[in-house]
Amino acid sequence: MSIHRHLPALIAGRAIKRQSIPDLPLEEFQQAIVESVEEGWRVVSLFGSPDAGGTVHLYVVLADDHGSRLYVGSTTLSNREYPSLTSRCTQVHLFERELAEQCQVKVTGHPWLKPLRFQRPIFSASHVGAIAEDCVSPSPGVMDFYEVTGEEVHEVAVGPVHAGVIEPGHFRFQCHGERIFHLEISLGYQHRGVERALLAGPNNRSIHYAQTLCGDTTIGHTTAYCQVVEALAKCQKTARAQTIRAIALELERLANHVGDLGAMSGDVGFLPTASHCGRLRGEFLNMTAALCGSRFGRGLICPGGVRFDLDAAAVRGLLAKLELCGRQTRQAVELLWNASSVMARFEEIGVVSRDIATELGLVGPAARASGLARDARHDHPSGLFRFTHIPVSVWESGDVFARGYLRWLEIQRSLDFIGTQLKSLPAGAISSAVGNLSPDHLAVAMVEGWRGEVCHVALTNATGRFERYKVMDPSFHNWPGLAMAVRAGEISDFPLCNKSFSLSYCGHDL
Amino acid sequence: MLDILIARLQQGHKTIAYPRGEPPALPPHFRGLPILDVSKCPQGCQACADSCPTQAIDLRQAPILDLGRCLFCAECQESCPEKAITYQADYKMAVRRREDLRLPAGGKLSLAHELQGKIKKLFGRSLKLRVVSAGGCNACEADVNVLTTIGWDLGRFGVDFVASPRHADGLIITGAASENMKLALKKTYEAVPDPKIVIAVGACAISGGPYINHPEVLNGASAVVPVDLFIPGCPPHPLTILDGLLRLLGKLKSAHPTAV
Repeated sequence: MSIHRHLPALIAGRAIKRQSIPDLPLEEFQQAIVESVEEGWRVVSLFGSPDAGGTVHLYVVLADDHGSRLYVGSTTLSNREYPSLTSRCTQVHLFERELAEQCQVKVTGHPWLKPLRFQRPIFSASHVGAIAEDCVSPSPGVMDFYEVTGEEVHEVAVGPVHAGVIEPGHFRFQCHGERIFHLEISLGYQHRGVERALLAGPNNRSIHYAQTLCGDTTIGHTTAYCQVVEALAKCQKTARAQTIRAIALELERLANHVGDLGAMSGDVGFLPTASHCGRLRGEFLNMTAALCGSRFGRGLICPGGVRFDLDAAAVRGLLAKLELCGRQTRQAVELLWNASSVMARFEEIGVVSRDIATELGLVGPAARASGLARDARHDHPSGLFRFTHIPVSVWESGDVFARGYLRWLEIQRSLDFIGTQLKSLPAGAISSAVGNLSPDHLAVAMVEGWRGEVCHVALTNATGRFERYKVMDPSFHNWPGLAMAVRAGEISDFPLCNKSFSLSYCGHDL
Repeated sequence: MLDILIARLQQGHKTIAYPRGEPPALPPHFRGLPILDVSKCPQGCQACADSCPTQAIDLRQAPILDLGRCLFCAECQESCPEKAITYQADYKMAVRRREDLRLPAGGKLSLAHELQGKIKKLFGRSLKLRVVSAGGCNACEADVNVLTTIGWDLGRFGVDFVASPRHADGLIITGAASENMKLALKKTYEAVPDPKIVIAVGACAISGGPYINHPEVLNGASAVVPVDLFIPGCPPHPLTILDGLLRLLGKLKSAHPTAV
């Protein structure tokens, strides 16, 4: 019996009625997850949503990437108990830890049940009666870390405050000499309660939460938020709005990929590319600022379309800058591949095999660098990507080099794409009216941000407000990939491996 | 090796001339200092205050714009029927006291004055800062970091970001000061030798920003440590951050008297 084959299908950027989502018995719900993942589907999201009475309902969004379809299932936890699936399906590992923490569900049999973000339960004020007063999380970073003991085995603890200008997180290494046996990553320091605050929205702060879920992915997350709202409001965007959104998304990818190549270069002490790319990243951010006044794209994307239009002079200016910066980026980046001192540090370091990437459910460049042709722009296209395609770049070796080189491949694709779109910008309005949200619906948006799949799921109640709003930053899927990449490697290669993944703390912590 | 030299030659010298020369051009839709022209306000209109996601506009008595809360998002500008609120291209917004960011309509911002006395003598020519990210979105961190690129070259002013609080003269704090970062932030501050300064960068670090009044955050750095310089924005433009640092060190006056 293949239960997952009978789940209702939807495509990214659309909404379905909640009544069409079957409320499965828990065993069947779990069987659908395990069997579908065995067949090659992925767990895009798995989350709990407490109802007004405090009963927790689980929802799962599964992706059949080859069929370009998403499947949704749900179950009701009558007694707030849930037997863990993690030992049968690795992809749900963090989701189940989140579930235990966010919804105070008793997850039994989980091999690794520890706090994920050290957060309060997501129950809104009206549910407070249903939760115990002692549900306050323990102090951040305080938990039982996996420990290796033995002669000459030692532990290295790093963070939450790091040496660079980066976000906080705690890393606990078990080492034998320079060799890493195991890395455990403990996050949550950036937790600011966004999913809880999105409940009962949308309101005048909702879009600002979307814009600041992860600052360097403002366009990715805001597009996903707007797609969810538009799907629920049945709003049709104009071609011009879709095109400007797609240009902004690819500019965001350019800025971050170029910046990451510079940072990786700096980490191996190769300063020419580090210097040039550090500056060029800023030039691409300035191109986003030319669209909307903000280097991170704040204020550009709004429900119904975009807020700022481009006139002919602005298009000419952007094209000229794109051409110049593209040329300079090529020159700066190609230095890397021709420098043997760089390649010696990039190749065969931090390898994630295709099998591990599949098992963990990695997304974005981290997955594509391990040979998985997985790209929401191609597999679950929304907006302009339903009509215009960007070739999916894939590399097989799964090492630091692969994650770097893949970025370079994507930079070239994005440069071409933006140039083409700017030259053929459709005429018309830049926004359409957005009505009220449909009550009792579920909508899913999938946007391929520069780090990978940004997925937002909204569930509306009977009055068309958010009963639950689930945010999936690609980093949530990819942090375990970093832990696996450094296993059996040298601890001195950790910073380089970390840069090659370039994951978000705030996007994970929410 | 030859290709490295050719690239170096062709990429050219890219450090901005500012502050000796003109600051880099800001984009056409840039949202700097907001100005409220109350003479245009219709009687009893609350549209801007209602649209503001962080209650940065207070119209209860004499209208006040709180730049410490402002996300520079332009919702107010769009909601105003009379176009009474406009964002200027003025990027200069750093101040020394939190209350200086509560700008009365028609008022002038009292921009940051420089450090005085012994602390000026100590830090005026060499200021080493430790950056602590504490519950934000990483955009402020990104635009703080950009100051160290060759385009801005912060090192030429004697300002550097260092890897340890033990090596630092002060902190730059970004983020709303999450509950989960409270202890680490406090310990990092305590690890900086005296005398020390603290700079809060961005709406989150000043007021909590978009997360203001969430139980998960402390509404900014001031809840944990004393702050000496407030740089508003969401995130502030690198030029706004640089302007604030140069004002604090008194370096703007000597380099570019007309900019002050």
